[in-house]
Amino acid sequence: MSPPKKERTASRNPSLVRGIGKFSRSNMYHKRGIWAIKAKHGGSFPRHEPKPASAAPAAVKPPKFYPADDVKTPIPNRRKPKPTKLRASITPGTVLILLAGRFMGKRVVFLKQLPSGLLLVTGPFKINGVPLRRVNQAYVIATSTKVDISGVNADKFDDKYFTKEKKKTTKKGEGEFFETDKEDTKALPQEKKDDQKAVDSQLIKAIEAVEDLKVYLGARFSLRSGMKPHELKF
Amino acid sequence: MVKGRQGESVRLYVRSTILGYKRSKSNQHENTSLVQIEGVNTKEEVAWYCGKRMAYIYKAKTKTKGTRYRCIWGKVARPHGNSGIIRAKFNSNLPPKSMGGRVRVFMYPSNI
Repeated sequence: MSPPKKERTASRNPSLVRGIGKFSRSNMYHKRGIWAIKAKHGGSFPRHEPKPASAAPAAVKPPKFYPADDVKTPIPNRRKPKPTKLRASITPGTVLILLAGRFMGKRVVFLKQLPSGLLLVTGPFKINGVPLRRVNQAYVIATSTKVDISGVNADKFDDKYFTKEKKKTTKKGEGEFFETDKEDTKALPQEKKDDQKAVDSQLIKAIEAVEDLKVYLGARFSLRSGMKPHELKF
Repeated sequence: MVKGRQGESVRLYVRSTILGYKRSKSNQHENTSLVQIEGVNTKEEVAWYCGKRMAYIYKAKTKTKGTRYRCIWGKVARPHGNSGIIRAKFNSNLPPKSMGGRVRVFMYPSNI
């Protein structure tokens, strides 16, 4: 097509009812100006030459085997799951309260949402003993307290960082059977400890700048007598 | 629950009482229990708790999986009446001896 395509106007044939246009075929012929285009091109509508058909592919051998039943191939699944929608109250730097698990009640700083939908969170470790950890949004209460997180670079963390390492399955001989059990307890690799320190050092500076925030993060949340969660403002 | 951890214990659940089963005068339906959550007194206040998980914890004589404590999990289903009572459904029906007993209503799945 040599002339650049102009932006198409909306249909020239307004619909009265779904499926029924206002103008008939002959009216539309006139409206579209086919008569003018034909007149311009000497009586017939301009066509370009059909593209030559591509050479037929080299003769396909008839298959040796035809399956007895026609089996339908399933349609390929093109669905890509999205990470869970993040609550509006949770933004990077928000202090969250963990509701369950080993660190329940701890107040913790939110870093970012991982591609799996889980939240990446850190104590910081020095303040309350919570390391870089993944947490599900449903098990968390977002408070209105925010920490300045601009100095922290959390880009290198994703779900793969947190997966357990696969145990090498070696065939156990009788003698080895009792020995391999001792290898199960693994010390945290130094690399992960360094990552923790790198993230926390920036955070702790930002936390110490705010009055009482360090003590706040070090303390745990608990319900007391007379506290009603449905009336609390977090 | 034996945790082997010293230091502060935190309560992250609301205390509640099991009142009985959903029932009419002479028929009861054990698949739904009625539960009274502490501090909740109206139907409107129950809305916050709907969907929250709850646990009925009891002790048994024999040790299973290392502990004598056992648990039946459930959920807050809907309010019951106007005064803050809730209907709860548990994974298995609560035993009759639980009536008048304690149930923990947790704050998760949270929506705050």
